[in-house]
Amino acid sequence: MTSATQAPATQRDPGFYDYLPYNDRPVIKWPNGARVAFWVAPNVEFYELNPPRNPARAPWARPAPDVLNYSYRDYGNRTGFWRMLDVMKRCNMRGSVSLNVAMCEHHPEVIKACADEGWEFYSHGTYNTRYLMGMNEAQERQVIQDSIDTIYKHTGQKLDGWLAPALTYTPNTMDLVADMGLTYVCDLFHDDQPGPVKVKKGTLTSLPYSLEMNDTIVYNVNLVSPRRYGDIIKRQFDRLYEEGEQSGTVMCIPLHPFLIGQPYRLAAFEEALAYITGHEKVWLATGREIAHYYNEHYHAAFTAAGQTVGEAP
Amino acid sequence: MNTTAASAKPLPEDYLEYPLRRYGMDHDRYEWSMLPLRKPVAWPHKARVALWVSPALEWFPLNMAGVPFKPPGAMQTAYPDLRHYTLRDYGNRVGIYRIMKALARHNIPATVAVNAAVAVRYPALIQQCNSQGWEIMANGLDMDHLHHGGLSKEVEQQWVAQTLSILRQVSGQAVRGWLSPAKSESFNTLDILGDAGLDYVCDWINDDMPYLMKTASKPLVAMPHSADIDDYTILVNNHHTENDFRDQLIDHFEVLYKESATEGGRIMPISLHPWVIGQPYRIKALEDALAHIMSHPGVWAATGSQILDAWQAQAT
Repeated sequence: MTSATQAPATQRDPGFYDYLPYNDRPVIKWPNGARVAFWVAPNVEFYELNPPRNPARAPWARPAPDVLNYSYRDYGNRTGFWRMLDVMKRCNMRGSVSLNVAMCEHHPEVIKACADEGWEFYSHGTYNTRYLMGMNEAQERQVIQDSIDTIYKHTGQKLDGWLAPALTYTPNTMDLVADMGLTYVCDLFHDDQPGPVKVKKGTLTSLPYSLEMNDTIVYNVNLVSPRRYGDIIKRQFDRLYEEGEQSGTVMCIPLHPFLIGQPYRLAAFEEALAYITGHEKVWLATGREIAHYYNEHYHAAFTAAGQTVGEAP
Repeated sequence: MNTTAASAKPLPEDYLEYPLRRYGMDHDRYEWSMLPLRKPVAWPHKARVALWVSPALEWFPLNMAGVPFKPPGAMQTAYPDLRHYTLRDYGNRVGIYRIMKALARHNIPATVAVNAAVAVRYPALIQQCNSQGWEIMANGLDMDHLHHGGLSKEVEQQWVAQTLSILRQVSGQAVRGWLSPAKSESFNTLDILGDAGLDYVCDWINDDMPYLMKTASKPLVAMPHSADIDDYTILVNNHHTENDFRDQLIDHFEVLYKESATEGGRIMPISLHPWVIGQPYRIKALEDALAHIMSHPGVWAATGSQILDAWQAQAT
């Protein structure tokens, strides 16, 4: 069904990357002998109460107005974000904000609070209730340009990273973000190290972002308890730290303030975050810093080492 | 899903237009407001945390229509779904009395959210709530009368009026608070509730503290009544253990209690479903969490109206 929605052509494979076995590839050395490049990606989002409907996906589970789900997300901006921010500050961890850029207009105070801490902003589309499916190339370019312009206007930052709004795509998405000057994407989940993304123009890197560590998946799909989430985070880190002695790994914790900022979830998360940041050989980075370091030092070598994928029968 | 049509032509241009992209919210029901920037609240007796326990007395009709969706706890099998009907009713016959006992041990008053149908069917239960000093809050007609965008305003007005009339008559209380069944509203609900003279509403889960909502008549106060940390979500939906539920209540309290030292008074809401937490193997989780919370100095166990009045006295 997924492939049937992709126009104009349908393919069995997205064709974004070559095969590259984890145990046989160029060795990554992160700055200062770090084993793990660690980044935290808070999704700072705005969901609309009554947006126009995309034919491929309804914005809300319930008919409009979905007061329950709308207000659940709104909790993040009013309340949860501020608790999450305090935890990040206490752990000396900068965020790489996955931003619905309309937040710059709706809640500039949140943007300023992130900017004041030296956080990076990358794009998570305009609103989390406007999906890319069904857009033609001109429309999708308009959305990407909106992100570039809005982030620059409100933060002075050049837009480097992309996580599609609500993880919705067209077959053109990767080509367009690369063509428009972005350097990394968070939408591909095939690796624990960065990797080149094949695009028509530009240099694009897939940065490990992780749905496994994402609080939405952990809490709203896998339905785990907060203390268990803390355990999951520590176990993930321990293994990547161990393996990072051979070749540098990447660990990301994607967050949503409306979930992680709930009081009953805060302490277990803070304990896990402090555990990671308390390690010596960890590079506490932003998405842009990791992507740029990789692009400068390893993108070409990884591209050259890639093995052509065989044609499935 | 008609995916072919979706991919055949581009999205209409208004899909990329954002008429409500502006400072603040994308609607006019309440103002954008950040919790840490608000004036700190002081509770009576210099309390740090107001504990607000809110069990729901629900009736799920056996022949539920489930319009426009099935609420949590709805009938599931082909008619007659005796197993789910009777298990929900267990809460009103047995489970609620275990909660009553657990709260009475610490002199904690509850605000009980009541379907009007429960008051009519089991008036003795409402009298027992009264004798515990509990507040009665309206929870609609029953769990098969969901307020939603497809209702006419007249029908919804009639449902609200009938709900309030029944609950006021059976309980003898003023009934100042409203919780919509399944927290489902139409675009008219808040106006209708304001018109009906209600003081507070519990459907919006976007804050840890009360805040003002605008209606066509009098303002309403949104009270923090969580759907996230409640017994149904954690025990039934998430399949966590009883001890996990206890720990999450305690962890929630600890964060709020710590915040209250510097940020002003906080509210710890505990919303409960007697058919869930009132089971023999589960009730101790609530008892243990309450014992932990009540062992702290500066905890004020109060009803929704008491918390509302204390907040409103300082907010205006």
